Amino acid sequence: MAENQWPLWEVFIRSKQGLDHKHAGSLHAADAQMAIENARDVYTRRMEGVSIWVVESKYVHASSPDDATSFYEPANDKVYRHPTFYDLPDELKHM
Amino acid sequence: MRVNIHHMSVQDLEKIFQDKIDADIRIEPKDWMPDAYRKTLIRQMSQHAHSEIVGMLPEANWITRAPTLRRKATLIAKVQDEAGHGLYLYAATETLGAGREELLEQLHTGKAKYSSIFNYPTLTWADMGAIGWLVDGAAIMNQVPLCRASYGPYARAMVRICKEESFHQRQGFEILLTLSKGSAGQRRMCQDAIDRWWWPSVMMFGPNDDASPHTAQSMQWKIKRFSNDELRQRFVDICAEQVKILGMTIPDPDLKWNEQRQHYDFGAIDWDEFWNVVKGNGPCNKERLAARVRAHEEGAWVREAATAHAEKRELKKDRA
Amino acid sequence: MTHSTALIHYTLHLADDGLILGHRNSEWTGHGPILEQDIALSNIALDLIGQARNFYQYAAELINIGGLSGPSNISNPAMGPGLSDGPRSPVTEDQLAYLRDGWDFKNCLLVEQGNGDWAKTILRQFLFSAYQTTLYEKLAQSRDKTLAAIAAKSYKEGVYHLRWSSEWVIRLGDGTEESHTRMNNALDELWKFTGELHTAATYELETAAKAISPDLSTLQPLWKEKVKEVFDEAGITYPPSVWMQTGGKEGRHTEHLGYVLAEMQFLQRAYPGCEW
Repeated sequence: MAENQWPLWEVFIRSKQGLDHKHAGSLHAADAQMAIENARDVYTRRMEGVSIWVVESKYVHASSPDDATSFYEPANDKVYRHPTFYDLPDELKHM
Repeated sequence: MRVNIHHMSVQDLEKIFQDKIDADIRIEPKDWMPDAYRKTLIRQMSQHAHSEIVGMLPEANWITRAPTLRRKATLIAKVQDEAGHGLYLYAATETLGAGREELLEQLHTGKAKYSSIFNYPTLTWADMGAIGWLVDGAAIMNQVPLCRASYGPYARAMVRICKEESFHQRQGFEILLTLSKGSAGQRRMCQDAIDRWWWPSVMMFGPNDDASPHTAQSMQWKIKRFSNDELRQRFVDICAEQVKILGMTIPDPDLKWNEQRQHYDFGAIDWDEFWNVVKGNGPCNKERLAARVRAHEEGAWVREAATAHAEKRELKKDRA
Repeated sequence: MTHSTALIHYTLHLADDGLILGHRNSEWTGHGPILEQDIALSNIALDLIGQARNFYQYAAELINIGGLSGPSNISNPAMGPGLSDGPRSPVTEDQLAYLRDGWDFKNCLLVEQGNGDWAKTILRQFLFSAYQTTLYEKLAQSRDKTLAAIAAKSYKEGVYHLRWSSEWVIRLGDGTEESHTRMNNALDELWKFTGELHTAATYELETAAKAISPDLSTLQPLWKEKVKEVFDEAGITYPPSVWMQTGGKEGRHTEHLGYVLAEMQFLQRAYPGCEW
């Protein structure tokens, strides 16, 4: 049964020129060409996009939630990466 | 530091999970979740997906008979949206590890349920209006709160669905409004459709709260945000006002404004009918399911051919 | 036949092609082989019905103008008794779609053929889109500015339909033994209706002479080239010449159209003169 199923694809849509492609959802298709067309028919029926990326879901590698603390929390105490960390006089303009 | 969930007790994990939900932090596919949460979600989401695609049938029934070109185009677009909604929901369910083929199998064998409302027949054009106004109206009432469901992919699918759904109810009401201003025959059609769709729509919210044992758990998990009776009351209150614009009546002699409750009182629901339709004794249960099974079975060779062609092309590419 | 009658007939012919094929495709809505393709075919149905509406609206405009300057066009029996009888209120797109009988419909025979299986539906779409895109490309240069504008817009949709249906013809032709056989069966059923696509009806000869519509004989080689290219890739043999069925564009149809109209026009016929 399951071997008859077309593979799953993740769909990314650029909603307008100048913006990033953003994950829109997923769908089934037999090949990449069909996946792009299906994405056009399924996810851009209301002018939601100007460009489409598809990638077969099995090729998406994701970080594990188990690693969340070691991945993301170390950034918490690196406030010096943010411009607001630096205390400068208000008179200073254009910076 | 790596938090190894394998070293944590189930109780600890459940506590972390529930804390997240209480703090309105969404659960995402790879996060740990209790088995019962996963199973309940798969059931709820796939049932919803099934309802969308079975729900295409009663309306598709009138596409070829739509009375104007504008109505025809709108109806196709609407039924097509329902296919899209089914697709979004199947895709969201797949993030929980249940493939679409497996879910369809459950639908086709009768193991999975779908909304009973679609087991009622569409007998006249006015039914397209009544479905849009009442059935979609009830569905929206159920669905809007789910845009804040605790499971991320579900909530995101619902956001997309609700955005698209907003035209459905309006087009339905517009159909009825036009009929209500039309000839005697059209007005009769309009009232008849409201008469037939009213009670099944009221039943769409499911059993009364005291007969709905899973509600408390689902509300704690935030995959259900209001009780059946709360939503039903809200629906009745809104429709009781809207029907006045149509100059039609709701087929319930007990429907009365209750000043004290600040709500409409309404008559008793025929739960006997409800459970019978759920169990398969509705007017169209067999036809609806048969139509889905037929589409799937007759599509098998198409899906196989596309797979075979894709494989052949891959092979050719590898050789080149 | 006056100039404007030929133009009206030609515009109705374009509209009827779109409506009948869109109607046929929409019969699949809710019954497609997989959700994604159900949605795709419904999209094509919507495009075609949208094109039909543009053409009907233009035809109605032409008829109404004609009606103002003299009754000859509007009471022309070829316009259909439903339009010429009774009080003379302006004709609408819906009257043209819902109140004409089969002999007034000018769609080609190909588009009214039953859906059959997915192979037949796909092939019908492909054979038609291959024709329609070459037609619209040329029609976008029409001396009639309205037709040119509708054609230019519709051409973009047609290109997508052609691409989608070409890929499916290739998929099914190449896919499995079963799909290949089904594709050949579909070809066997539909091929005899393809000759009409490039056989001009009397009104088309007139519109072509006035540079309103392209000369169909110039489109035929382009069509053949496209069809051959796709058939080659699909492993399907381009059929030898056979006796071609014609007449649809002149109002002589196959038995199928009557049922399409009976279903489509039912409400307008049962409740005449109503708003919907």
